[in-house]
Amino acid sequence: MSGDVSALQLVLSGDPGLFAIVRLSLMVSLSAVAFAALIGVPLGAFLALTRFPGREAAIVVLNALMGLPPVVVGLAIFLMLSRSGPLGSWGLLFTPQAMIIAQTVLVAPIIAALARQTIEDLWVEYREELAAMNIGPAGRVATLIWDARFSLVTALLAGFGRAAAEVGAIMIVGGNIDGFTRTMTTAIALETSKGDLPLAVGLGIVLILIVIAINGLAWGARRAGERIAG
Amino acid sequence: MSMRAPVTDLPLMFVEVGILAGEVPILSQITLTFDAGAPTVLIGPNGSGKTTLLRAAMGLIPASRGRITWGGRENAPSDRRAFMFQRPVMLRRSVAGNIRYALAAANAPRAAIEERTSHLLKVVGLEPLAQRPARRLSGGEQQRLALARALARAPTILFLDEPTASLDPHATKAIEDVIRDIASIGVKVVMSTHDLGQAKRLGGDIVLLHRGQLIEHTLALDFFDTPRTPEARRFIAGELLV
Ligand SMILES: Nc1ncnc2c1ncn2[C@@H]1O[C@H](COP(=O)(O)OP(=O)(O)OP(=O)(O)O)[C@@H](O)[C@H]1O
Ligand SMILES: [Mg+2]
Repeated sequence: MSGDVSALQLVLSGDPGLFAIVRLSLMVSLSAVAFAALIGVPLGAFLALTRFPGREAAIVVLNALMGLPPVVVGLAIFLMLSRSGPLGSWGLLFTPQAMIIAQTVLVAPIIAALARQTIEDLWVEYREELAAMNIGPAGRVATLIWDARFSLVTALLAGFGRAAAEVGAIMIVGGNIDGFTRTMTTAIALETSKGDLPLAVGLGIVLILIVIAINGLAWGARRAGERIAG
Repeated sequence: MSMRAPVTDLPLMFVEVGILAGEVPILSQITLTFDAGAPTVLIGPNGSGKTTLLRAAMGLIPASRGRITWGGRENAPSDRRAFMFQRPVMLRRSVAGNIRYALAAANAPRAAIEERTSHLLKVVGLEPLAQRPARRLSGGEQQRLALARALARAPTILFLDEPTASLDPHATKAIEDVIRDIASIGVKVVMSTHDLGQAKRLGGDIVLLHRGQLIEHTLALDFFDTPRTPEARRFIAGELLV
């Protein structure tokens, strides 16, 4: 159990290297969730409110994409961003930006699929009332997203959980470069393979605490909001 | 005064209207005119087509056969019509928020929204509950909020589908008073009810539906005193129409 003791010491001592790793991890995952929400919520609303041939198939594909293997996404983004790839000229490979792109691709289907379900359920409920109030398509989308906002928080949390936990995609496109693209999950993988278990365990504890804290904050915000809006 | 004739939805005319759900006829051969004046009350047993007729009259569902016209126009926009559903859906907002939403949807001037919200809350007696989440209201309170939301559209025709169905006698009287008030300022009310006393109290004319057919459309006084059809006589006597 000596590993646990020194891990705790490391965490409590506020080691600057550890702090940088935690900060980068949060920056990458939260940015990815934000971008994925900007893509996923409108996409989910679109699929919820429109009817076109192939819609059902699109929903099935979207739901399947929720389970995209991170390493596959990492590989695909790697091929796009590598020097000889179509986006090679951007020079983003092995940067935090590349990690944000990869996690956005991973998380967007989760948010889109959950948002689609949430918004469609509310749409079934609201449909006639909104029709009787003459609400046009834009107002409809705005109303449904706004009124579903507390449930949509759950979709964002699911996306954040996915981003915070994954290692495969960011390892491939970020390269786990010390002080630049090393995150909690990639560091845990590396330290474990090197045999530095105290640091790995310390990072693991921090990661879990952060995920719990963010979920707790979101849950509190949701409860408070629901008390007001029902 | 402008020289343009005021745009109105009245008379609202059904000409040989049929409505089908898939292949099944729900309403058939309905020819009916709703004109300005005292409320028109739709009565008839469960499943006779009252809700369907109201929804078609609002413009929520199209006629499968025949024509529906509002003030002579077939595709008249519904912005001066309002509908209160038999089972109203509360938006996930406060009581006042629901009314504000309806006012904004009806393009009420921004500056007037707060004042009109509190006025409407007062009209339906929900002032003390203004800040409550609408979905936590009792059934009767939700029905009153739905009425306020409908009134927020400042309609020229107001459709009410069983507006007092889950209300106690006190609240029923309050709603009937509101209906009388708005009818007296020239709003055309078209409503359905299972309460024959209410039909008698409020109705200027009565429409009796049975199995999707129009059985009788007459002035309320005549309907209750000298019903013309055997169905009407039996319905008034409280016998089951089958
Ligand atoms: N979309 C639909 N598809 C199939 N059948 C329908 C549909 N809408 C209504 N119906 C049927 O049409 C008939 C008339 O329904 P409607 O709701 O108009 O009756 P109602 O007179 O309002 O009855 P109630 O007094 O119970 O409210 C019913 O038998 C109902 O089941
Ligand atoms: Mg009905």
